[in-house]
Amino acid sequence: MAKLTLDDLRKLRDEKQKAMNMRDPENKSAQIIVGMGTCGIAAGAKETFNTIIEELTARDISNVLVRQTGCMGFCHSEPTVEVIVEGMPAVIYGNVDTELARKIINRHVISRKLIDNHICDKPAMDIIR
Amino acid sequence: MAYKQYILVCGGTACESNRGIALVDALKKEVEENGLINDVQIVRTGCLGFCEKGPIVKILPEDTFYVEVRPEDASEIIQEHIIKGRVVSRLLYDNAQSKGNVAIDGIDFYQKQFRIVLRNCGVIDPDKIDEYIARDGYKGLERVLFEMQPEDVIEELKISGLRGRGGAGFPTGVKWSFAAAQPDGQKYMVCNADEGDPGAYMDRSTLEGDPHSILEAMAIAGYAIGASKGFIYIRAEYPLAIDRLENAIAQATDYGLLGENILGSGFSFTIELRLGAGAFVCGEETALLASIEGKRGMPAPRPPFPAVKGLWGRPTVINNVETLANVPVIMLKGANWFNKIGTATTKGTKVFALTGKVNNSGLIEVPMGTTLREIIFDIGGGIKNGKEFKAAQTGGPSGGMIPPKFLDTPIDYESLTKIGSIMGSGGLIVMDEDDCIPDVAKFYLDFTVDESCGKCAPCRIGGRKLLNYLTKICDGKGTAEDIQNMKDISEAMCRASLCGLGQTASNPVTSSLRYFMDEYIEHIDDKKCRAGKCKNLLRYIIDPHKCVGCTACARVCPVQAIQGERKQAHVIDQELCIKCGQCFEVCKFQAVSRS
Repeated sequence: MAKLTLDDLRKLRDEKQKAMNMRDPENKSAQIIVGMGTCGIAAGAKETFNTIIEELTARDISNVLVRQTGCMGFCHSEPTVEVIVEGMPAVIYGNVDTELARKIINRHVISRKLIDNHICDKPAMDIIR
Repeated sequence: MAYKQYILVCGGTACESNRGIALVDALKKEVEENGLINDVQIVRTGCLGFCEKGPIVKILPEDTFYVEVRPEDASEIIQEHIIKGRVVSRLLYDNAQSKGNVAIDGIDFYQKQFRIVLRNCGVIDPDKIDEYIARDGYKGLERVLFEMQPEDVIEELKISGLRGRGGAGFPTGVKWSFAAAQPDGQKYMVCNADEGDPGAYMDRSTLEGDPHSILEAMAIAGYAIGASKGFIYIRAEYPLAIDRLENAIAQATDYGLLGENILGSGFSFTIELRLGAGAFVCGEETALLASIEGKRGMPAPRPPFPAVKGLWGRPTVINNVETLANVPVIMLKGANWFNKIGTATTKGTKVFALTGKVNNSGLIEVPMGTTLREIIFDIGGGIKNGKEFKAAQTGGPSGGMIPPKFLDTPIDYESLTKIGSIMGSGGLIVMDEDDCIPDVAKFYLDFTVDESCGKCAPCRIGGRKLLNYLTKICDGKGTAEDIQNMKDISEAMCRASLCGLGQTASNPVTSSLRYFMDEYIEHIDDKKCRAGKCKNLLRYIIDPHKCVGCTACARVCPVQAIQGERKQAHVIDQELCIKCGQCFEVCKFQAVSRS
């Protein structure tokens, strides 16, 4: 792509900001974000990530965006997964093995219920937003 | 169907044992009786921290945080908060006591953490530059290039009070000004990502989670000091961080945020990676520069400082990853936003890798001035298995052991130095009653002796001698004289070593002698290790009255040191016993004792 000018950068930022602030980026009604730092991957985040994709495909759910991110800081509970469903508070789950990953799809995304015993607290307020 | 509200009840061990389960039942009953079953979901969570203030209740989506909630409070929470929408203020967490507390924009919040460095970690996709840009990424660079002169940038940084997070705490703005003051010509900007302390992974996580923040900071630094070239020196053992950095550099170059004439400003800056082979000493800046030049990584005497004579003899600024991650935010939000966070001498936040005998180990970021107690007990959820806190080690092998009496010391560079430790790069290892202090000191010395480059005698010989004395003490062969010798050697190493590695290597010894002398004396005089860690001081004995002759111990003993007939009391042959402790673990009748 061509090099950005100052105006291009500002325009790009505005556009992306709007897209990120929307709860439905890319016209999806939910986002599942998997922590994929070395720590998460060592604890099985890749398997978790793949299971989420498989489960969504198997159930023919196309309105969920699955993303990766860095370490969320919960080393004691890796792998960690954040789930943002429209109309529900964003929640971080810890110790998400493949079984819990399926449960997240079935219970949280489809039945819109939070799952017991795995929620971690957001560690800090966001200084950017 | 969708719930309107969610009541989260902490399901951590401490909360549950504090009538947390009864609280869940009481809340469920209230919800049912008030016909709210389709509006409110009661959810048990993992440990939310703040265990001493448990049980914790959190209500979403409004994010209300209640502490010390009893089953009797369930009715009020439902009646007032859920039905009438009025916060039950007597149950709110009072954060006013927290020394490191910051209220940003007047909003008080219960969290002990405050994330500047980790602002994007766990939020953005590190492989997507657009997500970084959307979260005000490269806006600091934009401001710097088009609204500020290089000297303004340095002045802003000086006002912010940012100090080096690699451990030494040198003011970053001052460091930049030294290099900027050198005559024009080739200058270099280097990022030190050679994180090597055992138990430390702050920099790795930052690079993996938010690589662009480092690139942006380096470009800002390059503009400020007049450097057109940057190097990131990162250890080869961090393959994922390297991947993400390479990808980030390619994306930023593609967008023209690195390279020639950035955003049409006329400023050009490029970044290359240099991989280290995992030598601890290469984290020392002169050794790091030697390694980038392709030479053996050994420190050189300073002065001349790298800011005057660094890479290939040219002025060079070296900053640690965490230091740099603060820079874009300072340029974006201003020095006067940043310098309101922290203590009088130390501004901003610190990232710690919290590990050891703590329930919620993790990567945390707290305002300077937060106490160890808040970190270990509120964020870390206390000591594992309800054991007693014995010590915390900050600064890895270069730091000191901090005893319980300093748990309430607000953390900053000066206060940690005063109590015999250092800030260090951010490893924070928690020890409990099962850890043996001389044994831990031995572990750290073992590491530094292994990693000493051998160039200067105080470090090379002194470290080895210290390790020998510690080994002797842990083996039960120590003498009172050894203690004095250790003190003398530590002092000499600290004063005479060439670089930071040797100068600080004796810190674990000095600090532990200062605060835990009784444990050393026990090892020397009583030949006793209270933690049961030092094998040569242990004896496993079978109590003939308790032993039922089940043969379980005899079967697991790897050296056949346990003799005895079936259904008869067994005996351990002390000559053969290797103190592996397996008999102790396997005995169901508490017949094996350890002393």
